Amino acid sequence: MDSAQILLAVMWAGLTVYALLGGADFGGGVWDLLAGRSRAGMPQRRLIEHSIGPVWEANHVWLIFVLVVLWTGFPLAFASVMSTLYIPLTLAALGIIARGAAFAFRKASTELWQQRLFGGAFALSSVLTPFFLGTVAGGIASARVPPGLAAGDVVGSWLNPTSLLGGVLAVLVCAYLAAVYLCDDAARSGTPQLAEGFRRRALLAAVVTGAGALAGIAVLHWDAPRLFSGLIHRALPLVVLSAVLGIASIVLLALRRHLLVRVAAVLAVAAVMWGWPVAQYPAMLPPGLTYQEAAAAPVVTTTVLVVAGVGALLVVPSLVWLFVLQRRMPYDADTSG
Amino acid sequence: MTPLAVLAGPASPADLVAARTQMALSLGWHIVFACLGVGMPALLLFTEWRAHRTGDAVYMRLARRWATAVGVLFAVGAVSGTILSFEMGLLWPGLMGVYGEVIGLPFAMEGIAFFVEAIFLGVYLYAWDRLSPRAHLLSGIPVLVAGVSSAVFVVAANAWMNAPRGFDLENGKVAGVAPWAAVFNPAMPPQVLHMVIAAFMVSGFGTAGVYAVALLRGRRDRYHRLGFLVPFTLAAALSPVQVVAGDYAARFLAGDQPTKLAAAEALFPTGPNAPLHLGGLVIDGRIRYALEIPSGLSMLVGFTPGTVVQGLDRVAPADRPPISPVHLAFDTMVGIGMVLLLLSAWLALSWWRRRDLPASPWFLRLASVAGVLAVIAVETGWVVTEVGRQPWIVYGKMRTFEAVNPAPGLWVGFAVVAVVYAFLTVAVVYVLRHVARTGHVAPQETEP
Repeated sequence: MDSAQILLAVMWAGLTVYALLGGADFGGGVWDLLAGRSRAGMPQRRLIEHSIGPVWEANHVWLIFVLVVLWTGFPLAFASVMSTLYIPLTLAALGIIARGAAFAFRKASTELWQQRLFGGAFALSSVLTPFFLGTVAGGIASARVPPGLAAGDVVGSWLNPTSLLGGVLAVLVCAYLAAVYLCDDAARSGTPQLAEGFRRRALLAAVVTGAGALAGIAVLHWDAPRLFSGLIHRALPLVVLSAVLGIASIVLLALRRHLLVRVAAVLAVAAVMWGWPVAQYPAMLPPGLTYQEAAAAPVVTTTVLVVAGVGALLVVPSLVWLFVLQRRMPYDADTSG
Repeated sequence: MTPLAVLAGPASPADLVAARTQMALSLGWHIVFACLGVGMPALLLFTEWRAHRTGDAVYMRLARRWATAVGVLFAVGAVSGTILSFEMGLLWPGLMGVYGEVIGLPFAMEGIAFFVEAIFLGVYLYAWDRLSPRAHLLSGIPVLVAGVSSAVFVVAANAWMNAPRGFDLENGKVAGVAPWAAVFNPAMPPQVLHMVIAAFMVSGFGTAGVYAVALLRGRRDRYHRLGFLVPFTLAAALSPVQVVAGDYAARFLAGDQPTKLAAAEALFPTGPNAPLHLGGLVIDGRIRYALEIPSGLSMLVGFTPGTVVQGLDRVAPADRPPISPVHLAFDTMVGIGMVLLLLSAWLALSWWRRRDLPASPWFLRLASVAGVLAVIAVETGWVVTEVGRQPWIVYGKMRTFEAVNPAPGLWVGFAVVAVVYAFLTVAVVYVLRHVARTGHVAPQETEP
């Protein structure tokens, strides 16, 4: 294994963690959007705020980590992706700023109209951001981003069947993860009614996401045949694993084994996340550009790996502490926010 | 590697202007929150530490109030900083595609520092009542250290654009990359020092300004006095240090980026007895309406009138930055620095003579706008750094137009971004005023 290969794996691990943690924070915003009118939706919104408040900023840093590793380790891939897909990426960036700012503003506001305004901005941007990030994934996976500065079609690279599939699936996966986590959080917080509500939502999201993934097979067969072929050959074990775990999560949801659902859902999403690169390996920007061609000089990839290793020693224990503290934090459903 | 020739492509002049304006807007906006994110934790930790040491409830009230503000400011700073990492690629893919591997390392370290900052700020803000006072105070220290570190790393990356090191160019391709040499480039020490001090000054003067307004309105209780004195003292103590740091940065320019210094001082002819120009406008290749101090610049650079200072005449007109904006921005920054220094001296004098704030209402009037002035000084300082480096994006190596995204329609993107930032500015000012006025504390942060 060369250092570029290890760095690629580290970057993808970072993206997976971002999807599992940051994705669920976006999903929380999706459920916030669907929580109903101000008064009726209050308990759900409070639980969502309680669950993502202390951690969303830390979860969000994974995305920055991925971007930085991509531009340092694979500068050509970064420049090509960012320049060709600048429209959905600008929209995703605006969604990120609107989501974060509005969430913080809502927390600091006291008037109902302010909370509605900022809450609406938070919820809407929580849907749009993963959607646009999903279209970016679809554009790359369907071989629409050639190497070079804005070398691809700046519109067609993200307005195409695979991109739309990627966008919709990203939103669904975020909503699914969030419902599963919130169901577990609510059960632990001693609010069984809320837990039931999120259990129903998680079941719904699991079924819809599964249906979306099945429909996606047809879309990929027609629109991204190369990826399709990779998925049914080399990446097949991961695809099957993801499907099995997804079904297992539905069964476990029915049995109300909340913590096990969490584990199954996380693994199901992680499996599908790794299915994509395995299917197209060693291509980084399919069809032509391999990760070796896109990689920076070995001294750079090695140095970044060392820095990331030292960083992990600092970050991982702190992160574990933050999550432990958050899990132990009492949930007070009566305090008005 | 794949031929980098594919990275070359033309961009329309209008799109280049749009990209530069968008970057300036995003950077200029973020820098305010970045400064507060670096400096506010120090104020917060100091007041909380005093509260525990003295048992003084007023210090604790201040710490709680500032923590609420930091929660909002950090969130806005975090997301507006993320936009910048997107824009590095969205707007300047030519830079990142060629030099991403050279300047990636400081950004990677900045990312790790940001991680630590976000994690411990989450602990600090949300677990206030779940931790012992001592543990809570300790949990704030990584926030401060990581905040300063991320400023150091990200300014190191910018410094590299002024003093690009750590690589060779072979037929237009980057080779022989030395990542650590790129981080520790010659522009790094002066820029980092100048910027970190500026961040603390913005935080100190900015926070004190809120309480200066309250004091002016007659709320002269201990809470408002301490709320003014603690941050103002920090910023005032740094004001003279900043003059020295600024001088260090200018001296670096004299040696390494003489064109930028010449633009900042609007100096055309190279030679000894270089005058210092205060104000003025550059018209038809010469400075007019300026107050001229004979040999002033030569004295500043080399302490003797005979010191030769390189002027703009040594640079082809096409390789010069826009002179008037750089010169006026430089004078504004230096002028504000002097005003803040005098204001700080005023407080020091009054405190030495009678252990109290100056009696004149003009002191508080000036102090209430000192934060805004400090922000203007930071913004104009960045104008000098960034506009003064033009037409280069990487000094002497790559021109800005070579770096810009050649995709069509960057203007539209800029318009959308500008509208979003306008909304954000209104919202953040509104929310912060609300926090300052009502002292709203979120449920997690109510006092025990």
